[in-house]
Amino acid sequence: MSFIYSAIDTLLPFEWTEFSYMKNALLAILLITPLFGLVGTMIVNNKMSFFSDALGHSALTGIAIGVLMGIDNYLISMLGFALLFALCISAVMNSGTSSADTIIGVFSSTGLALGIVLLSASGGFAKYSGYLIGDILTVQPVEIAMLALILVTVVVVWFAFFNKFMLTSINPDLAASKGIHIQLVEKMFVVIVAVIVTISIKWVGVLIINSLLVLPAAAARNMAKSMRSYHFIAIGISVFSGVSGLIASYYTGTAAGGTIVLIAAAIFFVSFMVNRVHAKA
Amino acid sequence: MDTCKCSTEIRNLTVKKRDGIIIYDVSFDVHHGEILALIGRNGAGKTTLLKALLGRIPYTGTIRFSNAQGERIEKPRIGYVPQNMVFDRSTPVTVEDMLCANMSGFPVWLGHKKEKIAKAVRMLARVGASPMLLGKRIGNLSGGEMQRVLLAFALEPKPDLLLLDEPVSAVDRKGIEVFYDLVTSMRAEHQMPVILVSHDLSHVEKYATRAALLDRTILVSGTIKDVMKTPEVREAFGLKLTGGVKL
Repeated sequence: MSFIYSAIDTLLPFEWTEFSYMKNALLAILLITPLFGLVGTMIVNNKMSFFSDALGHSALTGIAIGVLMGIDNYLISMLGFALLFALCISAVMNSGTSSADTIIGVFSSTGLALGIVLLSASGGFAKYSGYLIGDILTVQPVEIAMLALILVTVVVVWFAFFNKFMLTSINPDLAASKGIHIQLVEKMFVVIVAVIVTISIKWVGVLIINSLLVLPAAAARNMAKSMRSYHFIAIGISVFSGVSGLIASYYTGTAAGGTIVLIAAAIFFVSFMVNRVHAKA
Repeated sequence: MDTCKCSTEIRNLTVKKRDGIIIYDVSFDVHHGEILALIGRNGAGKTTLLKALLGRIPYTGTIRFSNAQGERIEKPRIGYVPQNMVFDRSTPVTVEDMLCANMSGFPVWLGHKKEKIAKAVRMLARVGASPMLLGKRIGNLSGGEMQRVLLAFALEPKPDLLLLDEPVSAVDRKGIEVFYDLVTSMRAEHQMPVILVSHDLSHVEKYATRAALLDRTILVSGTIKDVMKTPEVREAFGLKLTGGVKL
């Protein structure tokens, strides 16, 4: 770690990099943002932005279960609950009883309400309100290593299964005709989203995690001409808003997560206007 | 195995959903080198039958696939050209992305290898489509262009069964003829078995070799001429007073 710190000192000799918590935050941002940019492309393609939002909300229940069971590391209970929650939503959606937005809405509200009730019952909700907006400045070196591992894993999955994800997102019947196991592909994607949302929630926060997943990809869609440019633009926007948001938050004294989202939102609106002008021309 | 040129044997196929039985006891064969027209009124269960063939819905009964040598195929390759395919028209997927994703596991988000692009050009040429389509987003294609791209997609790798579900509903008159000529030549060249779902009896009579009338189960099946003469078909398509089908 000390090698990486000295590399940051050499490459970025600025005031904001003097503190080790800022160095850690920068490293975490450099790992989380490409991850969010990459996975966000398929969340937007699959019209699953409401789904990832619901997963974020379920994290509160995951924490509450951890508190009730006396687990110190909430990540385990959050991850367990998020996976169960995600697979339940997916199963109910596949049953075709109601429309997807209704089902996700019901699960999302339930996950949030259950979390609030359980946490308030076990000693006051205020103690856990930090999870609502998150704090990237609290990230620890061991957590950075975990993020790096997840980024590598997701990139490997994206390398091996992306074509299947893409064909399924175009039309599941068409993908099935090519022998793609639709249920398996959909479940795999749901699990990836559940894992990255849960792991990042502590630093990004329940309320804004979804914006970070959706905004870079949504902005990239306004500019992309192919799947390749879609991915690289989304990752580029994600990393740019992450790093610039972190620096801006340092100098303005604002919450990093919110600042990052505002920058990503600004890029989205600019790309939207540019796209409109192009479409009219 | 016997000398039967059966490609697909469907026996006692039944699909049930919450609101009742959709299709029941459906049994028929599709042979290599034939275009079997699946005809029937709206709601007769044609699309349900295709979804069962694609393995998209649970069913009872059996579906057996065999190759031209009569050997059984456990995992058949199915070419599927859907009816007015529903998809997100704003998706940044290009024709090149779609065709290349079908060729290999190399992820299309990292770009396309030269030999894959060359193959995609050949796939488009085979269905009479311009290579200029490669860079187009699939949401920006016209109805005729989309059907050709879907046919090119369906034909690679060479399918064990080709399913065409109202394949020309969004195509103009000239495009329809070109499309069916292509399918006919594929059938003749590769002995490819084809199931064609169509409402248009003039297309069915012109291009199909056999027909099966479905109304939740198979009412009649046989050669196209015989099936068209049956009272069941005449009744299903309201032909009683017109005295027959015009070619």
